Amino acid sequence: MNRTLYPAIFAAIVTLILTSMMLGIKLKTEGINLTLHSAEGSTWTMIFVATAVVFLFQLFRNQLTGLVKLPTLPTVESMLPEGKKGDRIKTLAVCFIVAAALIWPFYASRGAVDLATLALIYIMLGLGLNIVVGLAGLLDLGYVAFYAVGAYTYALLSLYYDVSFWVALPICGLLAALFGFLLGFPVLRLRGDYLAIVTLGFGEIIRILLLNWTDVTGGPNGISRIPKPDIFGLEFSRRAKDPDNMPFHEFFGIAYDPSYKVIFLYLLALLLVLVTVYVINRLTRMPIGRAWEALREDDIACRSLGLNPTVVKLTAFTIGASFAGFAGCFFSARQGFISPESFVFIESAIILAIVVLGGMGSQLGVILAAIILTVLPELAREFQEYRMLMFGLLMVFMMIWKPQGLVPMKRPHLELSTGDKAK
Amino acid sequence: MSQNSMLKLENVSTHYGQIQALHDVSLEVNKGEIVTLIGANGAGKSTLMMTVCGDPRASGGKIFYEGEEITQRPTDKIMRNGLAVVPEGRRIFSGMTVEENLSMGGFFTPKADYDRNMAHVYELFPRLKEREFQRAGTMSGGEQQMLAIGRALMSNPRMLFLDEPSLGLAPIIIQQIFDIISMLRDDGVTIFLVEQNANQALRIADRGYVLENGRIVLQDTGEALLTNDEVRNAYLGG
Repeated sequence: MNRTLYPAIFAAIVTLILTSMMLGIKLKTEGINLTLHSAEGSTWTMIFVATAVVFLFQLFRNQLTGLVKLPTLPTVESMLPEGKKGDRIKTLAVCFIVAAALIWPFYASRGAVDLATLALIYIMLGLGLNIVVGLAGLLDLGYVAFYAVGAYTYALLSLYYDVSFWVALPICGLLAALFGFLLGFPVLRLRGDYLAIVTLGFGEIIRILLLNWTDVTGGPNGISRIPKPDIFGLEFSRRAKDPDNMPFHEFFGIAYDPSYKVIFLYLLALLLVLVTVYVINRLTRMPIGRAWEALREDDIACRSLGLNPTVVKLTAFTIGASFAGFAGCFFSARQGFISPESFVFIESAIILAIVVLGGMGSQLGVILAAIILTVLPELAREFQEYRMLMFGLLMVFMMIWKPQGLVPMKRPHLELSTGDKAK
Repeated sequence: MSQNSMLKLENVSTHYGQIQALHDVSLEVNKGEIVTLIGANGAGKSTLMMTVCGDPRASGGKIFYEGEEITQRPTDKIMRNGLAVVPEGRRIFSGMTVEENLSMGGFFTPKADYDRNMAHVYELFPRLKEREFQRAGTMSGGEQQMLAIGRALMSNPRMLFLDEPSLGLAPIIIQQIFDIISMLRDDGVTIFLVEQNANQALRIADRGYVLENGRIVLQDTGEALLTNDEVRNAYLGG
């Protein structure tokens, strides 16, 4: 009985939630406001009857199928090898979260979507720095420099050469990677504290360069009117800036709404984050990812195995930098205006805090920490003056209670079988 | 140079800054031999081994490996050429599983040989197979030493350096490790063994060198050194 009871309850709950959302609640426009109305009593009766039917059907499914002889489908579990079942739940959970993240902006307020976009940028930066700090164990305090390189690359390319967002995106990644490579080449022989100081200096050099190279970068005035990304030549402004392009709302024949742009930017950021997660996930499973971890654990052992530590560190540094480049490109497109103010040391510190808070090397942890560290300060806007104080306190308490981070990186771990072999 | 020579050092000196750690050391290891290097703490045993690997680099003299001079070759090139090291203190990747440790050892092994080498290591050390997915840092010292040797063997080396493999292990485990070393020699791997445990090392060694304050002071067959009075007094406890 138990074998059918739980699935039956589960099916009934799903039915109830779905039907009450779709049939039980009605949206009505009153003036400019949307209001929620409950459906009539008869609809609710039908909903509960349907739920009961689903519940009973699931409960007595076996007996019913015996009567009617429905063809049985093979279960997915029977086809999966042992040990993969846990992965299936994980995949399912990821699918649900991604689906929720996709649908969510259409129901949320504009400000919330905007904030979420910012959080997504920080997730991307955190994931990128996670390669350098979390996986390869190189303390980089100037990560914001690569972010700035990406942002200014798109801003300058669009300003001087009228390059579109989609063309500029890979260029930004490549250029940031190149900067990572150039910086990494001389400094990766250094260790720990020395490396941290040099990267800190590099971050400042880039910022001061942007600040003083007024002829090209506009100095402290920054660069404004950076074009927003379009989608297949469709722009999200009221009127197309480029005569070849067409506004999105005209193409689809719908009314203009500025929130389309916000939602589009959010979805674009989400796409970039998903790609980042996927790529980094693959990298960590590849030999190079293992080499990063091995290098973090024991430098000398790596050398004894014929690995060249400088090359391994350089790959981590370069790949990490390229993600900051992508993030920077998106950032400048979203803001429409950038100045050296956006790339000060505190940004590096926040990104590093995201990695440390999340748990070095753990992707899930970094994502959570990025959300917390971007959403919390917004929620606590009233305490603006005390923000850094709270931020510091949070870090101190984290280091005392959970020095491993929110979600520490997990190594694959299997229970030893205690079967007859153990005896 | 004879066809048979695997490793040859000619008057090699090494400095750490101003301090000279090795003074004109010359030694030779032939193919298929176990050669052991014994000496007290700080005599320069590990330095000698690391100098062959190119870190620190020799400040004088020449090093030949399989007839080719490798004195100035970068460390990673030296290590990818049929030479493997079991470093002092094991230095396994403690956060990784046994299997991942071994896969790091086979980082540059061609795919075709990789599975065969892995099977070979598990055959030599069935204990490692049992612990395949266990974190290496949670294993006992003996198992970690086995893993360190297994990791070195993943590259299918023609020559194996072992730096103090008996350090901090129980006598019965030491015996097992030395049995494995003899077995590897029988499989055709040339072995250069650095040891403080002179008694055990000399027993399985074909030849031995004694290092004192950075200088080779004695060289002979393993058996002869075992019965040599000076060696007995200094290293074998009378």
